Parts: sequence; C-alpha cells; structure tokens
Amino acid sequence: MAKMTKEEVIEVAHLARLAITDEEAVHFADQLEAITNAMELLNELDTENVEPTTHVLPLVNVMREDKSIEGLPRELVMKNVKEHEGGQVRVPTILD
Amino acid sequence: MKLADKTASELQELLHSKELTIAELTEATFQRIKELDPKVDAFLALNEEQATKQAAEMDQTDTGERGPLYGLPIGVKDNIVTEGLETTASSLILKGFNPIYNATVVDKLREAGMVIVGKLNMDEFAMGSSNENSYYKNTKNPWNLETVPGGSSGGSAAAVAAGEVPFTLGSDTGGSIRQPAAFCGVVGMKPTYGRVSRFGLIAYASSFDQIGPITRTVKDNALLLNAISGHDEKDSTSANVEVPDFTAALTGDIQGLRIGVPKEYFAEGVSEASKQAVKDALKVLEEKGATWQEISLPHSKYALSTYYILASSEASSNLSRFDGIRYGYRTEKAGSLLEFYMNTRSEGFGDEVKRRIMLGTYALSSGYYDAYYKKAQKVRTLIKQDFDKAFENFDVIVGPTTPTPAFKIGEIIDDPLTMYANDILTIPVNLAGVPAISVPCGFDNGLPLGLQIIGNYFDEETVYRVADAFEQATEFHKETPQTWEGVAQ
Repeated sequence: MAKMTKEEVIEVAHLARLAITDEEAVHFADQLEAITNAMELLNELDTENVEPTTHVLPLVNVMREDKSIEGLPRELVMKNVKEHEGGQVRVPTILD
Repeated sequence: MKLADKTASELQELLHSKELTIAELTEATFQRIKELDPKVDAFLALNEEQATKQAAEMDQTDTGERGPLYGLPIGVKDNIVTEGLETTASSLILKGFNPIYNATVVDKLREAGMVIVGKLNMDEFAMGSSNENSYYKNTKNPWNLETVPGGSSGGSAAAVAAGEVPFTLGSDTGGSIRQPAAFCGVVGMKPTYGRVSRFGLIAYASSFDQIGPITRTVKDNALLLNAISGHDEKDSTSANVEVPDFTAALTGDIQGLRIGVPKEYFAEGVSEASKQAVKDALKVLEEKGATWQEISLPHSKYALSTYYILASSEASSNLSRFDGIRYGYRTEKAGSLLEFYMNTRSEGFGDEVKRRIMLGTYALSSGYYDAYYKKAQKVRTLIKQDFDKAFENFDVIVGPTTPTPAFKIGEIIDDPLTMYANDILTIPVNLAGVPAISVPCGFDNGLPLGLQIIGNYFDEETVYRVADAFEQATEFHKETPQTWEGVAQ
C-alpha cells in the first residue's frame, strides 16, 4: 500500500497549478491515499500481453482541406475577456 | 388542462387541434418552473424572454410544416454551451460565462423547433453522483426533497421528474445520465460513444463523455435522440454512421430476444430491493417472449478503479484551460504569473474537481504513468472485451442501474470512495463505449429504482425496443411524485 504524504500532495498540486494550504494538503493526502490504494486492485491482473485502449472506436485522423476559413470576429471573441484594450487581452502586471 | 403529464405526441395533438398554442405551452412551462423550482432547485438560468418571443413566432408556422418536437420545451444541462445564455458547468470558475456559439446539439434542438427554457444544475464539471458538488445549489429529488437527485445530470433528471419540462439533455461520463434517471424515476439514455456530437460540451473526460436525452417515456426519449444524433465535422470523434429513426424500433415485439444477466451486477453492495426489482422485470420480459441467462462480465470489479484513473487523467488535462486569462473567474491575488494561475484555479474550482485534477496529475506524472495510467488503459481493453464477448451470444445485457435508491443529502459527501461506488454498475458501459438506458422498474420506500438495459455498439434500436416493451407492460412510469400535488399547471 502506497503512502501519500503531505509533501507529495503539495508537489502534485503545484504541477496541477493549484494553491493549497498545509491543512488542505493533509486532508487531500488522506483521501488520495485511500483512492490510490483502492486503485491498486488493478495489480491483481496480468496485463503483460494486453494492448492499451485509448479509444473505443476505430478512429482515424481527420484532415480537412487546406483552405483558409473565416474565424470568429474579434469583438465576439473578446466578449468574455475580463479586461481588453485595442483587441488585446489585458492581464495583471507580473513583472516589476 | 394539466400539461405536465403529457407526452410529446399528446402535446402535438393539442397544438395541431389549436386547443393549445406554443406560446401558452411555453408560458405554462415557466409558471410550473416558478412554482416548483424553489423546492426542487433544478434550474440555474432561465431563458424566459427569448423563449417567449420564439414561441409566439413559432405559432405562425403552419402545423403541416412542423416536426414531432416542434414547439416543445426543453432544458439543457449547464455543461452544454448555449449562445447568449449563461453556461457555468455549475462552477465558480465559469460564473457569468456567456457562450459566443451553440453546441452542435443546441443547434439541432433549434432546427427541430424546440424551445430552450433554461439551463440545469449539475455536479461541477460533471464530477459527482449527487449534485452536491454544484457551486450554486443542491438540486433535490422530487420524490423526496431530503434526498439527492443523483448526478451529475441531477438537475436534468429532477426537472423531468417534477414535470417542469418533458425533455432535458444530460451528459454521461460514468453514469451521469442513467444514475440520476434511476434515482428520479425517469428514462435516461447514454448513446454509443460517437453517436452524438460533443462539440460545445464542456469536456470532462473526452474518451467517455456523451450527451443523451432524459424524458418520462421511452418514445419521447427516442424522438429526442433522433433530433440530436449524427456525424459532426466539428467533432472528430463523432461517428460517421447512419442514424436510423429510433422510434421505428418501438414495435413492442421482443419475441426471441436473448438477454444476458451479469452475475457481477448482483454482487455485494447491491441492495435486495434493487436485485428483486430486476428479477421482477426479467419475468415481465420473459412473458413477452424474451429469454434470459446468467452471464459473467469477469472484469467488472476493476471498472471503478480503471475509470477513476483514466477519467481523472483526462480531466487534469482538459481542465488546464481554465487559467483566468481569456474568460472565466480571475483571482484578485496575482503576484507572479504562477501565483496568478494557482490562485485563480484554487479559488475557482471546488474540492471534488481539485481532487480529480490532482489524482489525474499524479497518475500521469513521471514514475507513476506506467503503474496507473497505462495499466488502466490495458484493463479498459479487458473490460471492453467482456462486452464484445457477451454480445456474440446476447442481444442486450440487463441489470440494475444503481446499487441502491437515492440517498440523503449530506450523507456521503465527505467520503469520496463511497460516493464513487454509486456508479459501479454504470461505469463499465462508458469504459466499453456501448449504449445503455435506465428505465423505472420499481420503488424502495417510495424512492424509484432503475432497470439498466445495455446494447451493442450503435444498436440503440434494440435497447429502445426492449425498454419500450417493458414500459408498455408496466405502470412505473405513470407514477408521479408528491411534489406534483396541488400544482396548477
């Protein structure tokens, strides 16, 4: 049984771009440990010669004709942008 | 005249004979929603102004030019984008998000002449089995307001059960149409993966997600699937296969039908009431000329773990787009770019979403990828093969939809593993990608139970035929919850 530590949870949260407090990390560590332990049930199965399924249907890559098509108008695209200026998305200052 | 218990064809008769106009039907629908929804809490946003205007215009169309769904009201799950109508997937991170285009299914509803009355509550990003993971509110089960409606399409199932609308769309990734349909005593269909376009469905786990109809009768369900099915060039995973008229399959004739009943679906954890209801249902189907035999889907017990590894992995990738830059919630606490991203996401996502993002990130991270993600992909193959093998000898597979009826609000929300186990009988279907329906098949202490009928790839017709034959022979779908009593419309 794998043990999930607080430090591991903080590392995973960082990779997933989630800020979590120490208290949350402890809480999530317990829950994620229980979940990953339950998942280890799969180790019972010998899958050495089994092909992985990425997709249930026999899909092939779809290409469209290499022809330019009209995109969405810029003012429409900006409709849900919090702040914008001159057709550009405005973001908070992150560099001094 | 009470409209809530009418089917599509009964409503069309009233519209065609001019006893009812589309404007009146739309008005009555909003009246009923306003009367019932303070109790049921199924709807997030209402589309009253637009729908009322549309209805009045539609009344001008000659009755001869109208299809079977023309003028009928429908509610749409809030993870399906609707142009100009707020779409949040029940998450704070999309609060106020106003889509600039329609999902393909929404365009298809409009083409069929349906009137979209509003957006329905759900578990945040379709992650959950009780609707308690919505940022906005808890939807209640119309059969008992202290219990959950199921999830994640809980609002969609509850709205139909309450008679607020005769049609809704849900989405099903691991049971999210069938489980709430079972809990709310309505009909919910998860079509074959690829049958319905996912364009405009806010992605949770792309290799599983599928949109489907929730209704009070099997025929209405088939009518709605007719309207939303088909290949879409905007969704490269939508299948380029012919779409039959699903209502033509409702012949009532199941003579000689071969039913497989997996013994694993009657295992520990499945309540006696659920098992008994399915056994009774099998007798009904036998009387109509079907035969059944116990079968084994030997990898069923691995489905839950397989699903949570794969779906969480896909979710961790899909949900990385929510970064606060171009749309959605944005933190006030930005220092560095990294802090901006991390604070936006932590403040915007709820706990279950964070749990699955972290689980997926973990399963995909270097050193764990082979042990979790790749292993789960291989077990998915084994589960799919179980179904392939069963369908060599059987036309449908039948079992309970859920292990138990609806549980109390708050009862298991802090125990993720117990919550996940709700979907133990629906998840294998999504792993394989085959179609399955849940239809009402009994009650346990006044709470509905669902019968799950699983079909072979792109054979929704047989699934519907069996479901309809069962419905015709039983009265469960005619029962209405107490919330209906004393409501005017």
